[in-house]
Amino acid sequence: MLKRHAGWILAAPATLLVVLFLVLPVAATIASTFGDPKGVFAPYIAFFNSGFRRTVLWRTLEISLATTAISLVLGFFAAYAVSRAPSRMKSVLIIAAVFPLLTGVVVRSFAWLIILGKNGILNNFLVGIGITDQPFNMLYTQGSVIVAMVYLFTPLMILTLVGVLENIPDDVIQAASSLGARPSAVFRQVIFPLAVPGLIVGAVLVFTGSFTSYATPQLVGGERQMMMGTLMYQRAMVAFDWVGASTVAAIMVVITIAVVLVMTRIARRLNPMAT
Amino acid sequence: MTARLSPWLIAFTTLIYIFLAGPLVIVIGAALSDTTYLTFPPQGLTLHWFVRIFEIGAFRTTIVTSLQIAFLSTALALAIGIPAAYALNRYRIQLPAWLSTLFVLPILVPEIVLGFSLLRSVAAGMNAPIYASLLIGHTLIVLPYCVRVISASLSSFDFSVEEAAISLGSPPAKTFFTIVLPNVRSGVIAAFILAFITSINDVSTSIFLTGPGISTLPIQILAHVEQFFDPVIASVSVLLMFLTVAVMAIVERTLGLTFLAK
Repeated sequence: MLKRHAGWILAAPATLLVVLFLVLPVAATIASTFGDPKGVFAPYIAFFNSGFRRTVLWRTLEISLATTAISLVLGFFAAYAVSRAPSRMKSVLIIAAVFPLLTGVVVRSFAWLIILGKNGILNNFLVGIGITDQPFNMLYTQGSVIVAMVYLFTPLMILTLVGVLENIPDDVIQAASSLGARPSAVFRQVIFPLAVPGLIVGAVLVFTGSFTSYATPQLVGGERQMMMGTLMYQRAMVAFDWVGASTVAAIMVVITIAVVLVMTRIARRLNPMAT
Repeated sequence: MTARLSPWLIAFTTLIYIFLAGPLVIVIGAALSDTTYLTFPPQGLTLHWFVRIFEIGAFRTTIVTSLQIAFLSTALALAIGIPAAYALNRYRIQLPAWLSTLFVLPILVPEIVLGFSLLRSVAAGMNAPIYASLLIGHTLIVLPYCVRVISASLSSFDFSVEEAAISLGSPPAKTFFTIVLPNVRSGVIAAFILAFITSINDVSTSIFLTGPGISTLPIQILAHVEQFFDPVIASVSVLLMFLTVAVMAIVERTLGLTFLAK
């Protein structure tokens, strides 16, 4: 009897913790948005009727997509170089990518305040070399949020892709080039298609991470570049509109889970190694 | 055999790595500057801003809270995560497949949604003390690392060794601690470090679970930046980075860092 349930008994504390304090509370948050007397979808209609909130959702999508695209490009080239580097160099480069990843989000976002601020390093430099007399307003713009987010997520992309690119056997690349393919053709026709599933995994991680971020838009974007995370905080803790905050939360959960499910399915279908 | 890399690619990669390292170097430089405002390169060198951290009561208390919460949540997550990982490997056929997905849910669900939901249901709904809610939140977000990393090391453990010990008369609990656990020691250490770093740097879950008198260091830094823009922020950031380096040095010593890339 005890032996037949040993697995469940051992897994029970962790299962209970996740069910009681994650599944149920999150479900309750989402459920709370459907209790409006004006109609089941009233909070959602209110959300999409508000021009301001629509802008926030749209901006969040734009910033997350731009961040994903840019860090895909940076991460792919860097990861390719790392994966083909001599082994000693490779471990140094991997550590150099892991280190920022283990440094907190606050520290890494705060760094951009020093760089992009009105009296920041970049403005001082631009004024110093005479490109401009007046410092630019670089902080609290969509561009500053994207730069800080790309900075935040590129190490994650590199580490995800190094693993994938390392698994492409050298033989395949050598076979292609010995058969006369030029390096650019090898890259486009051999390496890139084999890396697509990894690129999708990396893209999902970065997209969901930036879509639900809080600290970076708060520090670098401010009120002017409000994103879904900061909107949710503002609704809950400043306006005390808990239904409004729960609506934002529900939209975030739905979009995140939809992206994860759809993209992992596509990644599985596109994997040329699987067939 | 390594393929020849084009010089353009090497140059581009170097630029990317400069982009990755630059901001952290700037934060360190700004922390050492002998000015009352944040600047880089530092003008004059001083350690004054590091002393200043400990003169500010809010930083003193939040550093203590952050360390407490990080240690406690990691210990709790290991205490329930190790048995769960063991069950997932040892009793695979007894348990449904969705159980391993359940344990990674805290990574899948947006952290900020988890934080808000804990505030609604636990801190406000059940009237739980804020400290307990914060601890629960952190235990949840570090649990996936514990279960997954330890599961990975258990998957290469040969359970027939354990059965041999038991059939020779060793009690199951004793066998677990003397045979199984020592074999996955490196996994437990890796899980500990990942969990600790995740907890100590967390913002999104904690932002909703701090109240009067209880806050964590990253949240306190966020609050401080909004009022003051002085080098203390940089020095306290360097202190957080230093913790990371210390923890990474331990990983490097015990396991080698390449496991993180897998």
